[in-house]
Amino acid sequence: MILPPLIFVIASVIKSLIILFVLLTAVAYTVWLERKVVGHMQNRWGPTRVGPFGLLQPAADGLKFLFKEDLTPPHVYKPLFLAAPMIAVIFALTSISVIPFGNSISIFGYDIPFQITDVNIGLLMILGITSMGVYGVALAGWSSNNKYSLLGGLRASAQMVSYEIALGLSLVGVLILSGSFSLRTIVDAQGGHFWGFIPRWNIIPQFVGFFIYLMAAYAETNRIPFDLPEAETELVAGYHTEYSSMKFAMFFMAEYANMITVACLATLLFFGGWHGPLFGPPLLRSLLPLFWFAAKVFCFLFLYIWVRGTLPRFRYDQLMSFGWKFLLPLAIANLVATAIAVAW
Amino acid sequence: MNFHLILFLAFGAVCVGGAINLLAQRHPINSALSLIAVMAALAGEYLLLGAEFVAAVQVIVYAGAIMVLFVFVIMLLNAGEEEETKGSRVAVLFGVPGMLIGGVLMAWVVLRQSGTEAVPIGALPGHPADIAQLLFHDFLLPFEVTSILILIAIMGAVVLASKPEPMAGKVH
Repeated sequence: MILPPLIFVIASVIKSLIILFVLLTAVAYTVWLERKVVGHMQNRWGPTRVGPFGLLQPAADGLKFLFKEDLTPPHVYKPLFLAAPMIAVIFALTSISVIPFGNSISIFGYDIPFQITDVNIGLLMILGITSMGVYGVALAGWSSNNKYSLLGGLRASAQMVSYEIALGLSLVGVLILSGSFSLRTIVDAQGGHFWGFIPRWNIIPQFVGFFIYLMAAYAETNRIPFDLPEAETELVAGYHTEYSSMKFAMFFMAEYANMITVACLATLLFFGGWHGPLFGPPLLRSLLPLFWFAAKVFCFLFLYIWVRGTLPRFRYDQLMSFGWKFLLPLAIANLVATAIAVAW
Repeated sequence: MNFHLILFLAFGAVCVGGAINLLAQRHPINSALSLIAVMAALAGEYLLLGAEFVAAVQVIVYAGAIMVLFVFVIMLLNAGEEEETKGSRVAVLFGVPGMLIGGVLMAWVVLRQSGTEAVPIGALPGHPADIAQLLFHDFLLPFEVTSILILIAIMGAVVLASKPEPMAGKVH
């Protein structure tokens, strides 16, 4: 049933607020998780002082960012220097708006889906928004008027544009299987089981596509092993060298929000979204999908951190030849193979 | 006044404002950013027409990919501010009135030719399936020929970019 306009607006505002709150909290605790997990991998404790297990560390970090002196170096191009972190964080947070987290819930007789907005080109919209996110990094590097920042910005834009192609092509296999751009339809197509016990997730027919997606996603989010734009051994801190205080925190938030978006997308496209075993009373049944979704996203975030703790950084020429000479042909081969198999 | 019209006017204002700003700005990077704003606002107009796929492609291809290359080149060349000139007198004498007359003529023709009623949402084929049908069935040959054209352009770029190397072989 279609909601009346007023209810629709109210529901959308409430949903946006809730999702924004959850997302920002998730960003803060992903940072905590990363420090903790990488710490344990390197035989350290990670944050322990603020709260039990250092759980209040994100709050302390946030306060610190707020109260740090906000420096604007005199030689920067000011309008873009100020705009760049905002661009980065706005596009990073916007892309969550089309991601569905679960089916829908009935409140006061209205059917409210667990999603801010359901558009039938959801996947393309995410690709479009993330492709705009490049500007934050590129403009930050350029407007800082500093050679390290500029190199970081150039590396970031070249890397993101290159890997976007492989990323897009890796998704086409999933699109061929489900026949829709709508994320909800893609998830619905993954319900049920192969031969009665293996979940019908896209990862099984599309494991090559998933591998390409994973590699390209690391590069798109500038994470190790592809964090060349901020390689500290050669570029100080890359594109955000000149940033301090809350402006730096915005880049940080954008990076982690992008990680979460990429993890959500991987869950939706390859791991069946919110599908999982349902049991128990009706209330539990309606909330379990949310739990499965969150659990799958958590696994991806853990994988990200695990990879960070394990792999060294690529060289820039290795990054480019890996993207263009290996991932792209592999993605095209995967696409052709999938198309032939479906047409059969 | 309905909501749709307000949105149309808002996106239209961003479009025209961005285009004027593109010309008025001295620094190439500001001009490039204005062009991005124009592209994004155009995508908004396409969305209002119900052409969701075209809107998404507009953002991904133009605002997200082509303009990134523009910005990339501007950053790489470190292009400075444009030098200010008085402008040619010919441009002021003939260009501005010519533009006005051209604009008025075009508006007159458009208004005469078409009815004044707006295109309703979804009247144009905007669904991905419709566009796929058009591209890969009705206009398959032109579509594929275009791809060969682009391939030729890529090969041309490769030939231009690769310098003849006297010591061919090991570079590393």
